[in-house]
Amino acid sequence: MNAIQYDVMTALPEILVLCMAMFILLLDLFLKPSNRFLIYVLSQLTLLGAAVLTTVTHVPAVGYAFSGLFVDDPLADVLKLGVYLSTAVTLVYTRQYTALRGMFRGEFYALVLFSTLGMMIMISGQHFLTLYMGLELLSLCLYALVALDRDNANSTEAAMKYFVLGALASGMLLYGMSMLYGVTGSLNVSGVADALLSGAPDHGVLVLGLVFIVAGLAFKLGAAPFQMWVPDVYHGAPTAITMFIGSATKIAAFAMVIRLLVQAMFVLAVDWQGMLVIMAIMSMIVGNIAAIAQTNIKRMLAYSTISHIGFLLLGFLSASLNGYASATFYILSYVLMTLAGFGIILLLSRKGFEADRLEDLKGLNQRSPWYAFMMLIVMFSMAGIPPTLGFYAKFTVLQSALQAGFVALVVFAVLMALIGAFYYLRVVKYMYFDEPEDHSPIVAPVDMKLVLSINAIGLLILGMLPQRLMDVCAYAIIHSIQ
Amino acid sequence: MSVGLSHYLILGSLLFAISVIGIFLNRKNVIVLLMAIELMLLAVNMNFIAFSHYLNDIAGQVFVFFILTVAAAESAIGLAILVLLFRNLKTINVDDLDRLKG
Repeated sequence: MNAIQYDVMTALPEILVLCMAMFILLLDLFLKPSNRFLIYVLSQLTLLGAAVLTTVTHVPAVGYAFSGLFVDDPLADVLKLGVYLSTAVTLVYTRQYTALRGMFRGEFYALVLFSTLGMMIMISGQHFLTLYMGLELLSLCLYALVALDRDNANSTEAAMKYFVLGALASGMLLYGMSMLYGVTGSLNVSGVADALLSGAPDHGVLVLGLVFIVAGLAFKLGAAPFQMWVPDVYHGAPTAITMFIGSATKIAAFAMVIRLLVQAMFVLAVDWQGMLVIMAIMSMIVGNIAAIAQTNIKRMLAYSTISHIGFLLLGFLSASLNGYASATFYILSYVLMTLAGFGIILLLSRKGFEADRLEDLKGLNQRSPWYAFMMLIVMFSMAGIPPTLGFYAKFTVLQSALQAGFVALVVFAVLMALIGAFYYLRVVKYMYFDEPEDHSPIVAPVDMKLVLSINAIGLLILGMLPQRLMDVCAYAIIHSIQ
Repeated sequence: MSVGLSHYLILGSLLFAISVIGIFLNRKNVIVLLMAIELMLLAVNMNFIAFSHYLNDIAGQVFVFFILTVAAAESAIGLAILVLLFRNLKTINVDDLDRLKG
């Protein structure tokens, strides 16, 4: 197999998603509105095809393609499968919501597929250029998606805020990359790592670059003190888009943290550990305390995301393979929980009505005991109550931080999780002990009901049998990071 | 005294600082925010070109072309959102973007 064949083989899933996204954009021009369902089916098939290609070309080794611009390692494969799954589930949940609000159009699916492509490139980026291009492809699509409901003033304002702060984050990231380039003379992740290993020439400039890169990454992840866009964007964006921003994109941001901090700048681990400790503490405080005061579920879940990111960062602190594996486990479980949580909000909303206030969940048990139980599992999982997946996820990151000797920090994190339990359990109280305010029946397509039930029950089953998923995460990390 | 690498880096950092201050202090006009974002990317480009010349490595200059292209796409989307904003809110004053609170 010659080099070009190898390059194409390695990037086959990306090429498929790119071609299909362009095809869907074109096809939409020639379709009658009544045949739009075809676009939905094609998008799902694209994600399925990409998943098959990723699985078939999987090898338990690291492979570099396109002169070292692109990497295909087990971690990339696992994270990409996570991205396909969460995007596909998002599309299932949002079909009815978008159809009722005039957003069930070709643009929506093309933009979602392009942002999926951006995420895949971020996950496989092995060069500052590919990482940046992937990030921008994702971000530009997301700005457009947030503003997709174009007559909604809230969405537009959220899009503007997201755009300005997102561009600021990209600028910071680039500034940090330029500093690293100046010191190491390389733009390649492994090139930077080698240059740093052979003796860092100027530690001060390196740390300056590192600060900017960490700030840029924190913006993208939504970690405090760079979290100010998260609540506004979650609140203002259409719920379908909020769900997408809250789930799949976090996997890509996580991959970027691994590529930049762990693979490129492992030598500077002592420096970034300190920054991550501060960010983890601040995220857990801001997320858990501010969430208590919220009356809007989407805002509450936004603050909950910030606190989850705080926990995720704990996994990086130990700077060990074990810690990264637990962080991978955490991000995947976080995505599953977020999908199910927003799925319930989408299930309860109908034409002209967004079920985004906490009061809208009142008496859900009387309206539908089954979905009240599903939401109960999601809330327990987010709070970290056994035997749900969220408990095991928190347990593994805390365990890895404990092994690295951060005892005080772990105690603090547990206390914060305790505070966080209040607002999750308040939702449960609303559902089970309050009278419903509206009695309208819950209408949803069968596939959405089915997937949502599987998603929530999955949280329970994976929580009781987490070993299989943990093994996958450990396998991905061990075979990808030397 | 000749102009060396450090002069370019100082210029780059000044431009970067001006743009960040522009984003955070500007309370008047959203268009100024878009200009500050462009300036920030130009500051980064200055850095990359200075380093690229100093290191005698062409990769940094190639990176700059990509940043310029992305910056163009970014302002296109930014201006599109700005048009929507004006249509929906009848204002482009930064202080008036306060519907989302809580």
